[in-house]
Amino acid sequence: MKTIFTRPDSMTEKVTHYCPGCTHGVAHRMVAEIIDEFGIKDRTLGFAPVGCSVLIYEYMDTDYQQAAHGRAPACATGAKRVRPELIVYTYQGDGDLASIGTAEIIHAANRGEKFTVVFINNAIYGMTGGQMAPTTMPGQRTTTSPMGRDVLSAGHPIRMSEMLSTLRTPAYVVRASLHTPYNIIQSKKALRQAFQYQMDNRCFSFVELLSTCPTNWGITPVGSNKWLEENMLPYYPLGVFKTPDDE
Amino acid sequence: MAKLLMKGAEAIGEAAIRAGCTAYFAYPITPQSEVAEYLSKRLAEVGGTFVQAESEVAAAQMVYGAAGAGVRVFTTSSSPGVSLMAETMSYMAGSELPAVFVNIMRAGPGLGGILPCQSDYNQATRGAGHGDYSFMIIAPSTVQELADWMIRAFPLSEKYRNPVMIVGDGLIAQMMEPVDFDAVKAEEMPDVEGWATTGAKNRPRNLINSLFLDPLKLEEFNHHLKEKYERMAREEVRYENYMMDDEPELVCVAYGTTARIVKTAIDVLRAEGLKIGLIRPITLLPFPKDILRAESEKPHVKGFAVVEMSNGQMLDDVKWATLERKPVSFFSRNGGIVPNPEETVEFLRKEYERTQK
Amino acid sequence: MLNEVTLAGFGGQGIMTTGKFLAEAALEQGHEVAWVPSYGPEMRGGTAYCTVVISDRPVGSPIVNTPNIIVAMNLPSYEKFENAVKPGGLLLINSSLMDVRSERTDITQVHIPCNQISIDLSGSGRSANISVLGALIGCTNLLPWESIERVVTEKFAKKPKVLEMNLKILRRGYDLGVEGLKGS
Repeated sequence: MKTIFTRPDSMTEKVTHYCPGCTHGVAHRMVAEIIDEFGIKDRTLGFAPVGCSVLIYEYMDTDYQQAAHGRAPACATGAKRVRPELIVYTYQGDGDLASIGTAEIIHAANRGEKFTVVFINNAIYGMTGGQMAPTTMPGQRTTTSPMGRDVLSAGHPIRMSEMLSTLRTPAYVVRASLHTPYNIIQSKKALRQAFQYQMDNRCFSFVELLSTCPTNWGITPVGSNKWLEENMLPYYPLGVFKTPDDE
Repeated sequence: MAKLLMKGAEAIGEAAIRAGCTAYFAYPITPQSEVAEYLSKRLAEVGGTFVQAESEVAAAQMVYGAAGAGVRVFTTSSSPGVSLMAETMSYMAGSELPAVFVNIMRAGPGLGGILPCQSDYNQATRGAGHGDYSFMIIAPSTVQELADWMIRAFPLSEKYRNPVMIVGDGLIAQMMEPVDFDAVKAEEMPDVEGWATTGAKNRPRNLINSLFLDPLKLEEFNHHLKEKYERMAREEVRYENYMMDDEPELVCVAYGTTARIVKTAIDVLRAEGLKIGLIRPITLLPFPKDILRAESEKPHVKGFAVVEMSNGQMLDDVKWATLERKPVSFFSRNGGIVPNPEETVEFLRKEYERTQK
Repeated sequence: MLNEVTLAGFGGQGIMTTGKFLAEAALEQGHEVAWVPSYGPEMRGGTAYCTVVISDRPVGSPIVNTPNIIVAMNLPSYEKFENAVKPGGLLLINSSLMDVRSERTDITQVHIPCNQISIDLSGSGRSANISVLGALIGCTNLLPWESIERVVTEKFAKKPKVLEMNLKILRRGYDLGVEGLKGS
């Protein structure tokens, strides 16, 4: 019998702890597939964030470090600089990357650190129980914005890809989404390109993946995909914001 | 090798290179920015790694990442910057990573001043970060000793897979003294394959982590750390005795620059026939507790005198170590003022006379 | 033997460098030595000073309140340090920049026109920190002339013209130092 679907070699047999409908599993799997496809399992080093995906190291069968909250880009800088032969990536959520870790991500990008960042933007804090994120949509209800995000006091959602693409240092910056099979395929292409740039020692690469959090949004998984499309897509446009070939 | 006349800050950088450490991450802060200035040039010469980080928070985390990747790495800072590194310190102890931190202390609290102080003793020895962890804390008192301990600090941190911190005050970083970098032999880094994230080639993957969601496992891990620190306390205590051989009646306790001033003061008072000695802790953690406790039991010892550039931080440890069996007196200058030999002489003379009553 | 030398002047007068040269020459002579700077905001244009401790024993306190030798390169330094000289000690005054005489009778004072020496031999006063070094060696028994000549030669080895000029300035300072001590 021909095998047409299997667990990527770079993943462990760990059974998922993520909630039903959560898109972390898809993102994890795509990263693992790319590691397999490039044949770099024995020289890949990942950095786990603080947040729901802190346990990514339990799913990934490669070397891993767990970083302090928001600091993964600084840790990855340390490791990649002393072991440039490693393929290094961070996997970070929106609280980790766009709030507590803004200094670290901006400066890693600005130094042009040659590692890859996988940024999961689901517009909410997952692990701590559904509090407002810097990427939470205007009017979106969370446990710390019960009346909906008030942009007059909380500001507008941060568009990380747009912000990072303003930096002069060459980089690959792209936003994709995980809400439909088509978009998942596009996301994987973006991730593959990001790792490719790193393997070519070209530039810092940053992939923002719009994701859902049905549990904390209080919406069904299918409804969440629709909510993402209707609410997040207009504000967070998909596409490539920057490539190292840009002038 | 001929001795080189070098600033303490530069000697820190050179000694690290002699120790086989070629990775350094830092953020500039007075009074030790010369370490970064020196290494930005020297590490380029030897093909090493230097990144001027965006903050001390990031600098320390870069150290974490590089240490996790199994190379010798260090950072330096001064008091306010060290506060920002507290997070990483806790993570590194929790992930059992070796590295060297240097704190060239300046006066606090807050932005404080930029002049020499010893008021980060508690921050260093009690752990600036969260959780049940300790660093080994070493306090050299000359530029030579600073270089020697930089060279020893890396293998020590690797022996325990726990960071080592060297503390000095602004003066030791800024002053120049002769240094012989061959006084201490550098040691090779032990094999890191068993734990470092060097790429999982022909071995199971390695994980650098301090997260334990199972409380029983976390308790077990904390017991493991405790055993490690107890072993450190058994094996690594270092101190210097000065004029302690003839049953001194007053025993001073001071470290770093302050100990040098106390030595000069003791010389003056010895010339007058006053029997005063000094115990200079070199390791502030593990603290030479047993040594001081043994002193406190000796009948000829009538009292202890602590001199510090703080409001009395090591003082607490001396009281605890001696169980206050004999009076413990205290003299300090603070705010960036280094006690001068004359006022130290007067303090010690007064305390000595008190012991004679 | 214990000599504690404080050298003080304007920031930018090169007095810290003078101290380093002195410390290096002392080290070369086999002495224990420490060079201790004042650091901080004072470095930026105010009074800059450093202390060089030269000893035949390991240097204890690097903090010295009453050095036995003080070099005052400008008036603020003189005013700050005149009373700090240890009784029996020496005060070396740069007479090019101040017309003062200490009333203290328990010290030796030597007046040397450091800037003038530099101007006479190089056309500018920039090497006053070299002439004062020569003078200091001339009017004390800190170190032999050859040791300080060697350090200065090493420091300017890559600039032969500057070296030649500075050696002349150093020597003139030294000769005036020897004379100045006789005349004090």
